[in-house]
Amino acid sequence: MAKVLMKGNEAIGEAAIRAGCLNYFAYPITPQSEVAEYLVKRMPEVNGVFLQGESEVAVGYMIFGAAACGERVMTTSSSPGVSLMSEAISYIAGARCPAVFVNIVRGGPGLGGILPSQGDYFQATKGGGHGDYHLLVMAPDGVQEAVEMTMMAFPLAEKYRGPVMILGDGLIGQMMEPVEFPDNLYVPPTNKDDWATNGMDRRGSTKKNIVKSLYLDPKVLNQNNLTLKAQYDQMKREEIRFEAYNTDGDYQALIVSYGTMSRVCKTAIDNMKAQGLEIGMIRPKTLFPFPEKAIHDAAAKESCKKVVSIEMSMGQMIEDVERSLKGKREVTWFGQCGGDIYTPEEVAEHVMSLIAS
Amino acid sequence: MGKIFSRPEALSDNHTHYCPGCTHGIAHRLIAEVIDELGIRGRTVGVAPVGCAVMAYNYFSCDFQEAAHGRAPAMATGIKRVRPDLMVFTYQGDGDLASIGMGEIIHAANRGEKFTTIFINNAIYGMTGGQMAPTTMPGQRATTAPTGRNVEETGMPIRMCELLSTLATPGYIARQALLRPKYVNKAKKAILQAFEYQMANKCFSFVELINTCPTNWGMTPLNALKWAEDNLIPYYPLGEFKKPE
Ligand SMILES: Cc1ncc(C[n+]2csc(CCOP(=O)(O)OP(=O)(O)O)c2C)c(N)n1
Ligand code: SF4
Ligand SMILES: [Mg+2]
Repeated sequence: MAKVLMKGNEAIGEAAIRAGCLNYFAYPITPQSEVAEYLVKRMPEVNGVFLQGESEVAVGYMIFGAAACGERVMTTSSSPGVSLMSEAISYIAGARCPAVFVNIVRGGPGLGGILPSQGDYFQATKGGGHGDYHLLVMAPDGVQEAVEMTMMAFPLAEKYRGPVMILGDGLIGQMMEPVEFPDNLYVPPTNKDDWATNGMDRRGSTKKNIVKSLYLDPKVLNQNNLTLKAQYDQMKREEIRFEAYNTDGDYQALIVSYGTMSRVCKTAIDNMKAQGLEIGMIRPKTLFPFPEKAIHDAAAKESCKKVVSIEMSMGQMIEDVERSLKGKREVTWFGQCGGDIYTPEEVAEHVMSLIAS
Repeated sequence: MGKIFSRPEALSDNHTHYCPGCTHGIAHRLIAEVIDELGIRGRTVGVAPVGCAVMAYNYFSCDFQEAAHGRAPAMATGIKRVRPDLMVFTYQGDGDLASIGMGEIIHAANRGEKFTTIFINNAIYGMTGGQMAPTTMPGQRATTAPTGRNVEETGMPIRMCELLSTLATPGYIARQALLRPKYVNKAKKAILQAFEYQMANKCFSFVELINTCPTNWGMTPLNALKWAEDNLIPYYPLGEFKKPE
């Protein structure tokens, strides 16, 4: 398919349709309202469902109700909205339903700002809602990857019967880039007759299905949590995705960075290379599961003297980087989170001063 | 002689966990009878609340989802939008629907979502042990209103049928009671009517049922029925508040 020039938010909406998701519920919030404005026109063309809910609280449960019927379903929101959806996300995880949540992150806490941020890293990777659950979290670094990850999110949600999150940021949502929609990323929906409340007639069964998260018997609840844990362990074995950049040869420092921030870091790495300074980078594409081993091994290289976590947040991902390094290397933090994004020059300046120190 | 009375197919044969004299069980039975009479069990999905009826899915024999506290109308919206061929009902208590879930029910009603809500008004939070509900009567005692509901501080009880009837969107809104056989028969008719409107894809339908909670009212089942008739029905009048067309 030929490439088309599209805004990130619109491309995410189109990607959902190409992935076979014909159900979209959302509540407006900057910087992602364009997804809804795109899909309100596009869904009728494919006989799909579009509904603007009355709040993100309600939208979370519209997603739950639809997902529990076994239908592919997606919502998009931004930070304050995702906080409100977190109750539903916890219930969806507990009840083991596949659903896709997109967070086009803006600055926080509170109302924060409307500019790009990575301040929701903890919320996305450590569970924004209550209880023992994780989301499979993918972080695109641009519009093309946002498309691909959105398309991959639906089969992954079905594979693990749980919510998957795309963690973008305001820049990815707002910027325009040429994109294509790879047909091969379309995966037909799985059969969900063994658990979905799709109606006994539909599945030709006389056995009712119940979708719930309440388990008053401690042994049964523990078993449900063990089932979830087994899924998260399987994700750690099968779903870790990352990019290693400029790590083949020797490098003096290792950057760990994701999403929009990693794009800037790449330019900084290229510029430093032109000046004869080699810097490597590991870019997690999945934030949960986190590429611990890749980071550990890349940091262990003889030539590597420093490790730095560069984030559009106040030191969130650094905790996972620290964990990955298992105390063998120190990692420092470099970041800002008001909405401004470091320039490649600022990144290079910081890395060079780190090496000199 | 043939069988003249049996358990509706739409009810499972599980024992309920409801207290003796509680009217939740009557409400379950009426809904199940309606599901049977309409022959829709194979395409019905119920949504259970958080409240004493949280485990309603154990007592019905159709598909069921369990909502978070107050969010059943949003879940029912999600179901009905993606599967309009399914028959969907929510079953919600007064704390669930009129307090924490007020936003969800109003907006679902106002969008004219084509599902049915059965609203169990027992003027108390049953499950959590008798705290004040938005429907608790002035002066009625609750664990969080030990000297009786003080309307100066907490306002007057909310009448959901009246409130929802103000919406300009067409809908079916009725209130009945489960306190005597004559009321129960009318309640059944209202539930049937509500499901029929849904089946015809006509409008949102809502049936409030005045229930008792002998346990948390601190009364015998019989006194609870009498108290409800004397105190709840005058404030919560029975009848149809709104019909489509
Ligand atoms: C978010 C949240 N807040 C509070 C609760 C605790 N809670 C469970 S049931 C309930 C009230 C139930 O009362 P009602 O809806 O009137 O149902 P009833 O038990 O009377 O049938 C409350 C407050 C909860 N489960 N979830
Ligand atoms: S606490 Fe009240 S509402 Fe709950 S089962 Fe007992 S009597 Fe019924
Ligand atoms: Mg109650």
